Order: sequence, then C-alpha cells, then structure tokens
Amino acid sequence: MIPELGHFSLILALILAVVQGVVPLVGASRNRLALMSVGRTAAQGQFLFIAFSFGCLTWSFINSDFSLQLAASNSHSLTPVIYKITGVWGNHEGSLLLWAMSLALWTVAVTVFSRNLPEIFMARVLGVLGLVSTGFLLFLLITSNPFDRILPGAPEGRDLNPLLQDPGMIIHPPLLYMGYVGFSVAFAFAIAALLSGRMDAAWARWSRPWTTVAWVFLTAGIAIGSGWAYYELGWGGWWFWDPVENASFMPWLLGTALMHSLAVTEKRGAFRSWTVLLAIGAFSLSLMGTFLVRSGVLTSVHAFATDPARGLFVLVLLVLVIGISLALFAWRAPTLAGGGSFSLVSREASLLGNNVLLSVACGSVLLGTLYPLFVDALNLGKISVGPPYFETVFVPLMTPVIVLMMIGPFVRWKGDDGHSILRRVGPGLVASIVLGIGIAFAIGHVTWRTVLGLSLAAWVLIGSVQILWQRLADRAGAGTGARLRSIPAAWWGMWFAHLGIGVFIIGVAMVGSLNSQIQVKMLAGDTAQLAGYTFTFRGVANAPGPNYAAARATIEVSRGGVTFATLTPEKRFYEAQGMPMTEASIDIGPLRDVYVNLGDQLEDGAWVVGLFYRPFISWIWLGCTLMALGGIFAAADRRYRRLAEREAPAGAARQVA
Amino acid sequence: MKPRSKRLMLLGGAVALLIGAVALVLTAFQENLVFFHTPTEVAEGKAPTGRTFRIGGLVEPGSIKRAADGVTVQFAITDTAKAIPVTYKGSLPDLFSEGKGAVVQGKMSPDGQFTASEVLAKHDENYMPPEAQHAVDQAQKAAKTVKQ
Repeated sequence: MIPELGHFSLILALILAVVQGVVPLVGASRNRLALMSVGRTAAQGQFLFIAFSFGCLTWSFINSDFSLQLAASNSHSLTPVIYKITGVWGNHEGSLLLWAMSLALWTVAVTVFSRNLPEIFMARVLGVLGLVSTGFLLFLLITSNPFDRILPGAPEGRDLNPLLQDPGMIIHPPLLYMGYVGFSVAFAFAIAALLSGRMDAAWARWSRPWTTVAWVFLTAGIAIGSGWAYYELGWGGWWFWDPVENASFMPWLLGTALMHSLAVTEKRGAFRSWTVLLAIGAFSLSLMGTFLVRSGVLTSVHAFATDPARGLFVLVLLVLVIGISLALFAWRAPTLAGGGSFSLVSREASLLGNNVLLSVACGSVLLGTLYPLFVDALNLGKISVGPPYFETVFVPLMTPVIVLMMIGPFVRWKGDDGHSILRRVGPGLVASIVLGIGIAFAIGHVTWRTVLGLSLAAWVLIGSVQILWQRLADRAGAGTGARLRSIPAAWWGMWFAHLGIGVFIIGVAMVGSLNSQIQVKMLAGDTAQLAGYTFTFRGVANAPGPNYAAARATIEVSRGGVTFATLTPEKRFYEAQGMPMTEASIDIGPLRDVYVNLGDQLEDGAWVVGLFYRPFISWIWLGCTLMALGGIFAAADRRYRRLAEREAPAGAARQVA
Repeated sequence: MKPRSKRLMLLGGAVALLIGAVALVLTAFQENLVFFHTPTEVAEGKAPTGRTFRIGGLVEPGSIKRAADGVTVQFAITDTAKAIPVTYKGSLPDLFSEGKGAVVQGKMSPDGQFTASEVLAKHDENYMPPEAQHAVDQAQKAAKTVKQ
C-alpha cells in the first residue's frame, strides 16, 4: 500500500511539473499575471508530492518490504538502519528520485528566497525548472519506476553493495546531487534572461548566490567522494581520474568559471554572452554526468543500470536541453551584446584568462572521458585514457590559472598599469619560487613537479597575506578590528576559497612527492618498516558485524620506540552479496596519515598487509573545506539581502499593477 | 594604442592561448592512450611492445600462484581460446578470483610474460568488466566460425 501511495504521489508530482513548466511560460509571453503566479504554487506542491513519494520509498526500505523490487535488490533485514536509508539512493531508481527531489527543493528555495524577483522573470525561471523536472519525472516513471513490485515478495533482500555501506556514502550522493541540480537554477536564470532579453547587473546579482551555493554543494560532494575513495577502496589514493569522478569534476570546472564570469557581469556588465554560455554548459555537463554515471556506459561502482532504454532516454533529454538552449542562445545572444570595455591589463582580462583556461581544462577532461566511449560506440576498438594523460594536461593548464588567481585581486577593473602591478606582486613571486626550491631541498625531494607545486602553494599563501594586508591598509585610520569587520562577506569568501586552493596544493604536492607504500607478508609478531614508522603485526581475530563476518588484524604503529596507534584493518565478508571487502584502518594526523589494509591470508597462515604513508593528505580535504566555506561566505554577503529589501517595494508595486 | 587594436591584441592573445592549450592536450592525449587487446590478439603478437596496454578476460582456474614473498602474484588471463601469463606485485582487488572476469594493465616483458601495473576486477557479484566480456565473446565467436 505504502509503495503504491508513493507511486501515485509521483504521478501527481509529474502533473504539477507539467503545469509549472507550461502555464507560467504562457503567462509570461501573454503578460497575464494570474497565469504567471501559478508557477509558485505548482512548484511547492510538486516538492511536497515528491518528498512524500521519497518518504514512502524510505519507509519501505526501513521496514524491509522485500516485495518491493528495489528494496529486495538493495537492502537486507540485518543491514543497520542508516545503511537501509542509504540504500534508498544506492541504486539507479532511488538516486533518480533523489535527483528529482533535489530539483524540487531548489525550485522551492527559489520561490522562497528570490521572492522579490519581477513576477515575469520568476515565471520564466520556474517554467524552465518545471520543464526540466517534467523530463526527469517522466524518465523516472517510464523507465525507472522505483516502486515496482515483485510477486511473490523475496524472503530476504540481496543487500546494498558493501562498498556503499559507509558513512561517506550517506552524504556524498545527496551533496553531489544538490550541486549538480543546483546548476539548474543558474541555467534557468540564464534561459529566462535569454527569453526576456534582460541581462544587467541586477540579473547577475540575482543569479550569483544561487550559482555559488550550488558550487559549494558540488565542492563538498566531490571532496567527500574523494575521501570515500581514499579510505574505502583501500588503495590509499584520493583521485583516480575515473570517468565517474570526471563526470562531477567537469561541472565543477565550468561552475568555477561561471562564478567568476558572473562577477564580471555584475561589476562591469561585460562577458554577458559568455556567462549565459557557461550557465548552459555547467548544467548540460551536470546532465551528462548523470547520463554517464547512470546509464551503465561506464565501468564503475556507480553504474547500476545497464538498460539501454534508460541511457537513450537521458541522452535524448540531454540533446533536447543542449539543443534548445543553444538554439535560443544563437537567436537571442545578439541582444545581450555590450558591456564595459577593458584594457589588456585589467581584472576583466585576468578573469577572462582564467575562464578560458578553466574551460580548456574542462574540455580536456571531456575529451579524455568521452573519446573512449565514442571509439567503442563506433566499433573502432577499445581504449582507455588513464591518469597520466590528465596529470600531463592539468599541471600546465592549472599553473597559469593559479598564478593569475593571485594577481587578479591586485589588478583594478577596467585598466591598470602593468609596472605598478609587477611592483606589487613581483617580490611575492620571487619569494615563492625561492621558498618552493628551498622546501623541496629541505624535504629531500627535488623534482620539477615538487618545486612547482610548493612554489604555487607558497605563492597563494603569500599572496593571500598580501591582499589582506593591502585591504586593511586601504582603510587606514580605524582600528584593526573595525577594519576587519568592514570587509564584506563576499571578499572574505574570495579570500578563503583562494586560500583553500593553496592549502589543497600543499596536500597534493606533498602526497605526490613523499608518499610511500609497501606490501608485506606478516605473521603474528612480525614487524615491518616504512617511512620511519615500525609496524608490528599482532595477529588476526574474528570480528562479526551485523551483516558481515570479518577477520580483524591488530597492528601497532610506533616511531622511535613509542607506540602511538593501534590499527585494526578488516577483511570483511558480506554474506548476502557473497562479497569480500577490505576495510582499511587509518591513523589520521595533521601532517600525515598512516594507513593499513589487510589482504589475503596465505597458505602458511601469514597475511598480506598493505602499509601506506600519506604525508599532508588531510590538507587536500582541508583545502576543499576552505573553498566550500569561502563559497558560503560569498553567498551570504549582505548586498544580496539588501538588494532584496530595496527591491521589495518595487516588486510589491508591480504586483498591484 | 587605439581601442580597436587593443581589442585585437586581447583576442589574439586569447586565441594563441587556446591554440597552445589545445595542442598540449592533444599531444598528451596521443601519448597516453591505452589500447585494449584480447588474449588471442596478444598471443598472435598483435599487441604493441614497449607500450602500456590492457588485456581483458577470465582469470584461468588453477593459475593463481603466489611467490614466496607473498606479494608477487602470477596468474593467467584467458579468453577461453588463448591464455596469457601475468605477473603482478601489489594488492589485488577484493573480487579478483579464479574463473572471474578481470582486466589487467601493463606491459609485455621480453620473456612473454605480461607485467601488470594495475589489476581491475568487477565491483559486485553480478557485474563483469565489459572489456573482459568482450574478449570472451570474441574468442567464442572465433571458435564458432572455425567449427562451421
């Protein structure tokens, strides 16, 4: 009964989505206020029905209703409740329902937080979001109904893939989806701008916080996914350039470019067409990410579906979205031309440089991810593109981005004097190169990659201190506290996010330079050495879990004769799926992680043990946290709220009229 | 400078940057493509020497042997027609086992052994790496043609 209610509720949501996608757009083109205002109600109703439907599915999982196909394939009566809930989106159908729910949630958020948008503009935004939602709900109901029953019901479920039974997987998909789907708001704003031909500073100001919040979610989602891969896949790596990772990284790259391009559009009125194009691109890549990950064309833990009908449906949806938006862009973009002019040495030019480089970087990831699929589809053989390609490409593309990132804030809008900028940034540049070389020698790993990485990190840190200093010096007179408080949140956002990049680079450079690992065969009492640490193997005991049996090893880690950690890696066997799994054990430290996993048992009773030393790896996630924090500051800037207050009377007047 | 020539310079700079970046990407791409071969193709000498490539197929039952150090593993990967001996040092994926699908990436040694730097297996019980499936399908197709 409950699943049927969920199914029915989803159908009602689809009807409301169609209403939301059609009526406000018609209203906007005929200028009928009554029709336009339907969008808001439809969006809120749609969210309620999808949320109810999602609740029904979750209820069936928690109560182990194995007559539900989805629960029978992805849950088990012994699975801990939290992983029963995770199981709801640990599969194709449920994750799509989560996608649809995120979209509805974003739409409701627009109706609540952007209440002061002109009615006609709001109608267009909601209309576009309604059409996107219609597409996804149709996809769900036609090809991927999460509420399919099996008769008779299964006596027991097949359990969720053990790799996904992990705390990181509880929040990774929802965050990532909020990020992916969040770009739909930026997309809807861009399409609404194309439809109305209105795209000014106010438009950019409406659009910016939405884009930034979506970017924050995406950043957090990617970081958590990377953390999951690090400790759960048991290889001690944090990024594999796996197509699935690339699928989330591409919208991130374009989303980053979009945020910066929006800044130029707001401050200077320039880059308008480019901003619209980026918004379309970021959302299209989000859709493509969903397609790649969910259609089963990729080999990965994420590929649940192998039903070609589903892949085709998303592909058609993707082609429709991209095709219609680009056609609209080609038709309407000329109306957007204009904007302030700027010289070669200006903040606009530096942001343009960054935008071009980020887009090329995104294109290079796209090439590496899609090319093998094309070659395979055309029957020209099977190939793959591995990490070496992406690493070769990314270092030279990202180096100028990072150099420009710290020069940009020193450069004035419109035009500046090259010599005076050089005077301001020159000393920092020289100091960071010297520091990079110095530290590389100090850690005894002198390669050009290490030197480059450390120099760039030093450049970001020095530059951050310098711009903060300059900002404070500009407000001479007041006390330091007052001067710090007078800095707007958006500026702090920029500062923290850029600092986060520096911290991130330190992590990447140090892990890349100094990490080490060995595989050893160990019997109880054996010791092994790695990077100055001594590992003592104390044997293996049985450790039963709720839905698995495990062999748990005890390994003591010491340095200089002092034991500071006892690690307990496990080899688990999940009964329902008949699947073994390695559970690593990590001693996390601010300057290094010590990471241990347990391999197979050999005939003589010894175990194969993997020992990993990962210097500064936490800095990678600390950097991502700072970036996300920066995004939150930027989105929380008072001027977005002030704008809302100031425009409120005008909006009210418009409603009366 | 006139605004017009400034704009031209800006455009020229952006285009030059773009061309340079695209050239870089394409060169790196060309150098780092990893081709895939079936065990039969490798046995026929069609695989490149001195270049990294992938082989997909089934892990031949009874072929997994561990060296005395416990860490170096030898096994054979087969498409049911031909089998290629593989040496690998490192941790194997959880679902790597005899008779199951796997994909190995590495280089051919002069002694006819394939030295793998990476071993990929499936992610769950029902799933077969498409490349492994492809190799087996190819071999079975070839076997059928021979019989007819």
